[in-house]
Amino acid sequence: MYAQMVETGLKKVQDLADMTPQERAFQARIDADVKIEPKDWMPEAYRRTLVRQIQQHAHSEIVGMLPEGNWITRAPSLARKAILMAKVQDEAGHGLYLYCAAETLGVSRDQMVADLHAGKVKYSSIFNYPTLTWADIGTIGWLVDGAAIMNQIPLCRCSFGPYARAMIRVCKEESFHQRQGFDIMMTLCRGTAEQKAMAQDALDRWWWPSLMMFGPPDAASVHSAQSARWKIKLLSNDELRQRFVDQTVPQADYLGLRMPDRHLAWNEERGHYDFGEIDWNEFHEVIKGHGPCNRDRMHTRVKAWEDGAWVREAAMAYAEKRAAREKAAA
Amino acid sequence: MSAEWPLWEVFIRSQHGLAHKHVGSLHAPDAEMAIRNARDVYTRRNEGISIWVARSADIHASSPGDRAPLFEPSNDKVYRHPTFFPMPEEVKHI
Repeated sequence: MYAQMVETGLKKVQDLADMTPQERAFQARIDADVKIEPKDWMPEAYRRTLVRQIQQHAHSEIVGMLPEGNWITRAPSLARKAILMAKVQDEAGHGLYLYCAAETLGVSRDQMVADLHAGKVKYSSIFNYPTLTWADIGTIGWLVDGAAIMNQIPLCRCSFGPYARAMIRVCKEESFHQRQGFDIMMTLCRGTAEQKAMAQDALDRWWWPSLMMFGPPDAASVHSAQSARWKIKLLSNDELRQRFVDQTVPQADYLGLRMPDRHLAWNEERGHYDFGEIDWNEFHEVIKGHGPCNRDRMHTRVKAWEDGAWVREAAMAYAEKRAAREKAAA
Repeated sequence: MSAEWPLWEVFIRSQHGLAHKHVGSLHAPDAEMAIRNARDVYTRRNEGISIWVARSADIHASSPGDRAPLFEPSNDKVYRHPTFFPMPEEVKHI
C-alpha cells in the first residue's frame, strides 16, 4: 500500500506469555479498542513500527505529487488544471497530516526527510512509474487513489489516535481524487477513438502496478500478524486487493475498457473475481530502486528540498530578528 | 542543515458556533506564518472561520499516568448528574 512491507523488528508474534505486565496491559487496551495516545506508555517495537509505517505513508503522499504535478501545465483545459492543482495540493496536505502524526512519536521532521533522501525509508512502489499521457492522470485518480481509499478506510479505526485522526481527514478528501480521475476516464472513453485508445493504454500500464500497491501476500508474515494484533493493520494485503479488484472491474466495464488480464473472470462460487499472477519480481525490483522513475523521483525531491533551504533559513532568520526587536522594545 | 522550524498546534473554530477544536500541528517560523500555513493545510474545504495557533512547546498536558488520581474524585459524585434524582411520572417540565 502507501506503506508496503512494514517491518516490526520482531521475530515472532508476541503472545501474552512473552509480555511483561506493562505490555499485557497495553495489549488489553488495544483489544478493548481504546486508542493509544502519544504520551501513553507503549512498547518500543510498536512505536518504531508506527514511525516506519506512518513515515512511509507520508513520503508516499509527498512523492506522489510528482507524477501528477508533471501534468499541471499540460492539463487539457483551465478547469482540469485547477482541479489537478487542488488535488496535488491535497496530497501535500495529506503528507503534512501524516508527518505530524509521526512526529508525536518522537521523530523529527528533518530526520524523516533525511531518511527519505538517504534511501533509508521507502515510499510506495506505484510512484516510480511514469505518467506518459493525460489518460495516466485519470487512471491514477481512479485506480491509485481508489486503492488508497481501500487501505485507508480501515486505518481510520487503527489503534494509534493521531494516525487514526489523520486518516479520517485524508479519507474525507480522497473521494474527490478518485472521482476526478474517473471523470477524466469517462470523458476520454466517450471521446474519439484515439482518446479511448489512450485511456485503454493507460489502464494497460497501470493495472498491474496498482494491484502491486497492496504488497505481496502476507497471510504468513510475522510482521503483518503482529501489526494486526496491534491494530495498525486491519486487513491482509490479499483481502484488500480482492476487494479492490471486485469493486474496480465493473467500473472498467462501464467505461468499456478491458483489464489487461486474460485470467480475469467472475467466480460464482467464491463470489469474487479470479485474477492472474502478479509479477512480484517487478515489484521487488521497483522497491529496491530499479523502477522506471526511482532515480528521477528522488533527484527531484532532493533538489526541491535543497533549493528551498534558503527560504527556510531566511524565514527563520526574519522570525528571530523580529522576536529580538520585540523583546528589546518591551 | 538549518534549524528546524518550530512546531505549532492548530485550533479551528467551525461555522456552527462551536469552540475552537484541535485539528493537528504544523511547522512555521513564526505565528503569522503558522496561521497562513494552517489556512492551507487545515481549511481547504470551509472547515472554519477562525484559527488559533500555539507553540507546541508552550502547551502543558496532564500526564496519562495520573489519569486515575486526577479524574477519579469526580467519578463517585454521581449526584452531579441530573439522572441521579428520579422524578415522578406526573411531574412535567423538570
